[in-house]
Amino acid sequence: MNRRHLFRFSAIAALSLAMLGASVAQADVLADVKKAGVLRVAVPQDFPPFGTVGSDMKPKGYDIDMGALIAKDLGVKLELIPVSSANRIPFVTTGKADIVISSLGKNPDREKVIDFSAAYAPFYNGVFGPADVKVAAAADLAGKTIAVTRGSVEDLELSKIAPPTAVIKRFEDNNSTISAYLSGQTQLAATGNVVAASLNELTRLRPLTPKFLIKNSPCYVGVNKGEAALLEKVNESIAKAKKSGALNEIAKKWLHNPLPADL
Amino acid sequence: MAYHFDFAAVLPYSGQLLSGAVHTLGLTAVGASLGVSLGVCGAVSRAWRLKPFNTLFGVYVELIRNTPFLVQLFFIFFGLPALGVKLDEWTAAIIAMVVNLGAYSTEIIRAGIQAVPRGQLEAAASLAMTRRQVFFHIVLRPSLQKVWPALTSQIVIVMLGSSVCSQISAEELTFAANFIQSRNFRAFETYITVAIMYLFLAFGVRWLLNRLGDRFVARRVAK
Repeated sequence: MNRRHLFRFSAIAALSLAMLGASVAQADVLADVKKAGVLRVAVPQDFPPFGTVGSDMKPKGYDIDMGALIAKDLGVKLELIPVSSANRIPFVTTGKADIVISSLGKNPDREKVIDFSAAYAPFYNGVFGPADVKVAAAADLAGKTIAVTRGSVEDLELSKIAPPTAVIKRFEDNNSTISAYLSGQTQLAATGNVVAASLNELTRLRPLTPKFLIKNSPCYVGVNKGEAALLEKVNESIAKAKKSGALNEIAKKWLHNPLPADL
Repeated sequence: MAYHFDFAAVLPYSGQLLSGAVHTLGLTAVGASLGVSLGVCGAVSRAWRLKPFNTLFGVYVELIRNTPFLVQLFFIFFGLPALGVKLDEWTAAIIAMVVNLGAYSTEIIRAGIQAVPRGQLEAAASLAMTRRQVFFHIVLRPSLQKVWPALTSQIVIVMLGSSVCSQISAEELTFAANFIQSRNFRAFETYITVAIMYLFLAFGVRWLLNRLGDRFVARRVAK
């Protein structure tokens, strides 16, 4: 082995050692975050009200506020990484982001790749209507008219659970469903809480207040597999925010409705 | 071809299809009789230049014939509630159909009335016929007779156009098709079934109108 070979060998050895060191350090993201003083959060940029870009070109939304809350609890600065719904999980699994807060729902496929925190945001299909219409469960729909989009999850579920005297009026698309409700053609409307939130923002014609839930798929914070320490901190943060009412404030600000009691 | 046709998937919904067809026929029956009546009023006003109805019907005809049926329907169903006029989907559908057919039949029947030769009216006057007799026997009947095929076509067009009423949740035949398709995802089977049903409905309506025409408006030959 001549000197050149020896140099090359030791360079490779040093490099692999360094990479090993890096991957060992990766195993504790929490320590890294504290050391760097920055929490890198993957957030949506095109999904109001969870994450959009404001007129000042800064991201804003429910998920951004949630990230800020966790960063504050950890005592570090917040760095936002805008992601799309397709690449939000790879950003965490490849270590480009420390956590993902991107209106992420839980399903078995995703649970194989990342770990989920406690739920931090409501995301559901439900029945909405004016504040003075008393409806708390499917049985209360008797004799009421409900606008719903034909073939949607809400339609399929409501068709099963609504009493026979409930009048389900089925419309072609979400816009017609909402128009039927807003023009007073139906007493109630079944749609997503996010749709209801953005409508309450756009018009005060006829507010959509939640009546009951049809299908629930709340949002969770995602962390890489095996990051127990980080996950614990995130869960602590969420629990604290639920208790103090801080999370309720975020919900009211972005979803225009208080946090559901069962979240 | 990889697609397996499965008409059995449509079968469980035959009740809905039947109910849809009945509602489509009902809409057509009410819409056509009221629409043609409105058309007769409009045609007489226009042909005889009765003031102020002449101008009124002129504006109405232009307004309706130059805007899409769907927009007229949405205006009645979604728009009018803003003025406090809240109509359910069936009332809205019937009004839209009557208003639409009224405009087209005004022009069709007007053509018939204007084709009645002046001499025929003068002959009626010389026979001392009452105004009522003149209107029914000398004006209306011969003019309807001339335009009956055109009127029949327009009524069939309105019946097929009633499919648009599915958009305001009126549960007619197209609504049934869309509903079934959203449950069994068998678009081909569902829509071809409904297309064939419309075809038979259209043939049926045409046949019925021809019979009615023969019975009530066709030329009576002295025996």
